[in-house]
Amino acid sequence: MSTPLANLATSIRQNRAFTGAVLLLVALFLLYNVLHPRGFSSAVLIQNANESVAIVFVAMAQTIPVLLGGLDLSVGAVMTLSACIASVLVNGSPLQIILGMLVTLLAGTAFGFCNGLIVVYGRLQPIIATLATGAIAMGLALFIRPKPGGDIDGDLNWAVTNSLWDFVDTYGLFDADAAWFAPVAWIPVPLLIILVFGACVWLPFRRTVTGRTIYAIGSAEGAAYMSGLPINRAKIAAFTLAGFFAACGGLYLAIQTASGNADLTQAGAYTLNSIAAVVLGGTSLLGGVGGAIGSLIGALILRVISFYFRILSIDPLLQPLVEGLVLLAAVSLGAVRVLRIRNRLDLFR
Amino acid sequence: MPSAFSRLRPEDKPVVISAAFIVVILILGTVYTLITQGSAPLFSPNYLLQQLQTGAFLGIVAAGMMMVILLGHIDLSVPWTLTAAAMMATAVGGEMALPTGIAVGIAVGLVNGLGVAYLRIPSMIFTLGVDSVMRGLMVWHTGGFAPQDQATPLMRFLAAEKLLGIPVAIFVWVLVSLVIVTILARTAFGRSIYATGNREAAAYLSGIRTRWVIVGAFVISGICAAIAGILLAGYSTKAYQGMGNAFLLPAIAAVVIGGTRILGGQGRYVGTVVGVTLIVLLNSVLSIMQMPEAGRQVIYGSVIIGMLLVYGRDKRLTG
Amino acid sequence: MSAHPFLQLSGVSKYFAGTRALENVDFACERGSIHAVLGENGAGKSTLIKIISGVLRPDTGALSLDGQPFDFANPAQANAAGIVCIFQELSLVPDLTVADNIALAQPPRRYGMIDRRAQRHRAEALLARIKCEDVDPNALVRDLSLSRRQMVEIAKALGKQPRLLILDEATSALTRNDVETVYGLLADLRQDNVASLFISHRMNEVERLCDTLSVFRNGRHVETFSKGAKTDGQIVRLMIGREVDAQFPPKPAPTPHVPHLHVDNLSWEKRLRGASLTVGRGEIVGLGGLDGQGQKELMLALFGVLRGVEGRVTVGETQGVPTSPAIAKQAPRRIALVPEDRKTEGLMLPMSIADNLLAASYAYVSVGPFINPMLESQAVSEAIAKLQIKIGDPQDPVATLSGGNQQKVVIAKWLMTDPDVILLNDPTRGIDVGTKQEIYRLMRRLADEGRAILFYSTDYAELIGCCERVAIMYDGAIVAELSGDAVTEEAIVSAALNIHAAPVGVAS
Repeated sequence: MSTPLANLATSIRQNRAFTGAVLLLVALFLLYNVLHPRGFSSAVLIQNANESVAIVFVAMAQTIPVLLGGLDLSVGAVMTLSACIASVLVNGSPLQIILGMLVTLLAGTAFGFCNGLIVVYGRLQPIIATLATGAIAMGLALFIRPKPGGDIDGDLNWAVTNSLWDFVDTYGLFDADAAWFAPVAWIPVPLLIILVFGACVWLPFRRTVTGRTIYAIGSAEGAAYMSGLPINRAKIAAFTLAGFFAACGGLYLAIQTASGNADLTQAGAYTLNSIAAVVLGGTSLLGGVGGAIGSLIGALILRVISFYFRILSIDPLLQPLVEGLVLLAAVSLGAVRVLRIRNRLDLFR
Repeated sequence: MPSAFSRLRPEDKPVVISAAFIVVILILGTVYTLITQGSAPLFSPNYLLQQLQTGAFLGIVAAGMMMVILLGHIDLSVPWTLTAAAMMATAVGGEMALPTGIAVGIAVGLVNGLGVAYLRIPSMIFTLGVDSVMRGLMVWHTGGFAPQDQATPLMRFLAAEKLLGIPVAIFVWVLVSLVIVTILARTAFGRSIYATGNREAAAYLSGIRTRWVIVGAFVISGICAAIAGILLAGYSTKAYQGMGNAFLLPAIAAVVIGGTRILGGQGRYVGTVVGVTLIVLLNSVLSIMQMPEAGRQVIYGSVIIGMLLVYGRDKRLTG
Repeated sequence: MSAHPFLQLSGVSKYFAGTRALENVDFACERGSIHAVLGENGAGKSTLIKIISGVLRPDTGALSLDGQPFDFANPAQANAAGIVCIFQELSLVPDLTVADNIALAQPPRRYGMIDRRAQRHRAEALLARIKCEDVDPNALVRDLSLSRRQMVEIAKALGKQPRLLILDEATSALTRNDVETVYGLLADLRQDNVASLFISHRMNEVERLCDTLSVFRNGRHVETFSKGAKTDGQIVRLMIGREVDAQFPPKPAPTPHVPHLHVDNLSWEKRLRGASLTVGRGEIVGLGGLDGQGQKELMLALFGVLRGVEGRVTVGETQGVPTSPAIAKQAPRRIALVPEDRKTEGLMLPMSIADNLLAASYAYVSVGPFINPMLESQAVSEAIAKLQIKIGDPQDPVATLSGGNQQKVVIAKWLMTDPDVILLNDPTRGIDVGTKQEIYRLMRRLADEGRAILFYSTDYAELIGCCERVAIMYDGAIVAELSGDAVTEEAIVSAALNIHAAPVGVAS
């Protein structure tokens, strides 16, 4: 009954939106490479991956409060704050660099933890509480970086924004031209970072009782309470993890651009795009359904769409229009459910 | 005093607290100016009127936003609805400038309302998509540059002139406010907004056409954003890219500080006016103090959290 | 058997907003027994089990388990002590899988993470024990039918290794085969020295399964006795109680009524299967039967809430099923519905009494497009006076009123629209006796004014006391219509159970 194949079939059926998003991404990306004037190349892939990391992390951050049935309007600001912290701390001796990265991640995580405390013990609606804490995060970012700029270790910048070969070569870990290394040497480091964090943080977390509780709260908070799940702990954990992922995004953005920039507009754009990515990736805004891997895919879809403008020499001015239309089309597909409802009272639940 | 306070209706408490906080801001700001400059500009009528003139734009946006929040929804399309209305109004020009701008607002509101009420897509995401589409259309229309069209004289008059020594923009805000108050308090539509926002199922079973109510509220939000856009274009003599971006979050904050429940169903319009005033005065006091942007953001966020912790808390979840 | 009972309650009381749900209850049950708790709707059974399982805390009294006093703050603590309840309103999380749900709070873990393989094996074993091998542990609960969900709920409870298992109408949604499985399971548990509390309305089920019976009435524990100590008739009399305090206004002499509301062969999804019925002006027609036989759907269909209704509906001269409540309430139909759940469907609880009263009749207090404050306050005070609603200030939130007065607000809201047809969906549920009597008198007065009233009640005494005719629903259709002297408790009960058609369970 539970053969791996049957399990896979069940899993695909249950995650129709996620599967759709993956197929859409694959199709978009293949077509992109076919249309690309120089065809598929490691250089293009590296560039694409670099431009995707920050939005992917912010989208993953947004996913977790959304799974609760809430929303975190501070993710973009926390990302910006982390980037500004990193732009000050991530330089000097190797030890200082590592310490600087840890402090950056810790700061974002702590900020998320505070969000969680305010939501749980202040009993405020997440959307409005994070709207306010987002302003505070932007204020702190501006304190640290009143003007764009920064000092990021150049080696680190080079090492993590290029291929694995460059990473190994920069730090002289071993002979980068070794034959056994060649098959994987082309892989872009940013892509690895995304995958490693997705696999090593989110997937295990999802399989803890706290992670499951987040889903249960978003799906049926009453049933979660009746079943004796740790509701407060899960809510705080959700916002804390959101802070952590946002900090990852900020750290990478700082290393990639070798600077920090407390740009209010950019932070807002990241927050709004994160919501779009979460929905595109198949996570329900009502909570309980979806996951951070879906949002990773959703964020990549948003990015790939933007790459098209570059290679097709479409007027880049059309980009927001196309992004908006894609988003509206994707969410309208979900509206089919409404037509199937026979008891109109069910519309209001 | 505490007993008098506790006798207040729950929806009046935010208004009273916010109003008291406005007084505190004025006093603190004046103490600061007296010490540093030896003058009290905050209490000069001209200064206050000037602040309220710019506050009028935010006030009008917040008025529309409040209608949507009362339903438990939100309108994230305000920034580019505002910009689109301003750009279209200046592009058409002449006598048709105003009707064109308002028509843009109505059209966007209709699309938002239909998506939210009939397709039942969460307003958070639907209006976000519509905002992006409007931005795309406007950037496409202008080629990404600042449009060269000038605001019409009427727009200039409404936004920047004075009548009887009072900026006309304030009259427009007052007029919009009167209309909103009348709608909320004295029409079936307004009452239905509260009913639908409280419990849509009960409103529907009372024979209220809840979907029309939702569409109507989004249309009003669109119209208000459009009016604000037309005024702002008149004030700056032309429309420009991203002119609406600075209004979205302060408008939501003003509505919520004024005591409107973010989940809908509860809130008084006077609270929104007080909330707008609070935000405008807070901003102007901070700029008198030459507070850097960093400090402003922190204070701004802390004020919202602090005020909500005083009166905006949800009921404790019980079994 | 030990010196003290396994579960013991002494002097337990619980009040909600002034009305008593349980009063001074002493109750005990033993291990290795299946103990039935019987009583009418509102007798206090569900409050009893909520207190035992930690959902509610008693206002007074003491509880003990195995001689140890307990006072649980939440269901998790009760679970930890071995008290597991299968609730009527399911405690499953719809977006998680069956296996996730069965091991929800205490999953098998490896390296701190949930061991999904072990979890699935556990789910498979538990599902096999209740003969539900057809349920895929990887399926989402939301994709299961109601009867399968109920079985998953039972598997989940079993997985918690209960010492005391409470089943609250746990067989109501099950197929006949499942019911047999559950019976077998309960018998096994009795062998394993587990105590089971079994709440059911079905007498034959109780007869077959239980060894001890307790009867509750009006929040009091009436009597506990062994199976076979009393006849069915005696038990029913204990449940109904003859000191019933409800007094009904006198019925008028039977007169033929011209049908005003005409329902013909109404069908919807699988919940209504060709229901036909007429209600005349000046007539109160009762709608009876077991819970969930389509009574609610019938009323919603007549009020325009359901999509895809088939069949004919005529109100006066007007034909056709209305397509929305807004259309249903207008002339020429003028239908009103007092819905089942006044807290979520009838009222906007945080809003004022005045706003709630006006919610259906803005058009009646408006002059042109504007609501006239004079007409408004006049209409509100008239409505309050007419129904003698006891309030401080019409501007107070309606949530501050007692249940009975809240229900009066719902009824008054609809009377302001001057309806011709009034649909009442169990309007007296959970309200005090005094208000009940006022509502009975009001119904009679409204009928005398020439309105057609359709009255669904789960309380048979009400149907007998108020209605000239009673239509009994079973499985989406009207299976019997009783009138005049034929409206008796025995007749209603046997028609409601549709005794010859399905003795056990309702096949789905």
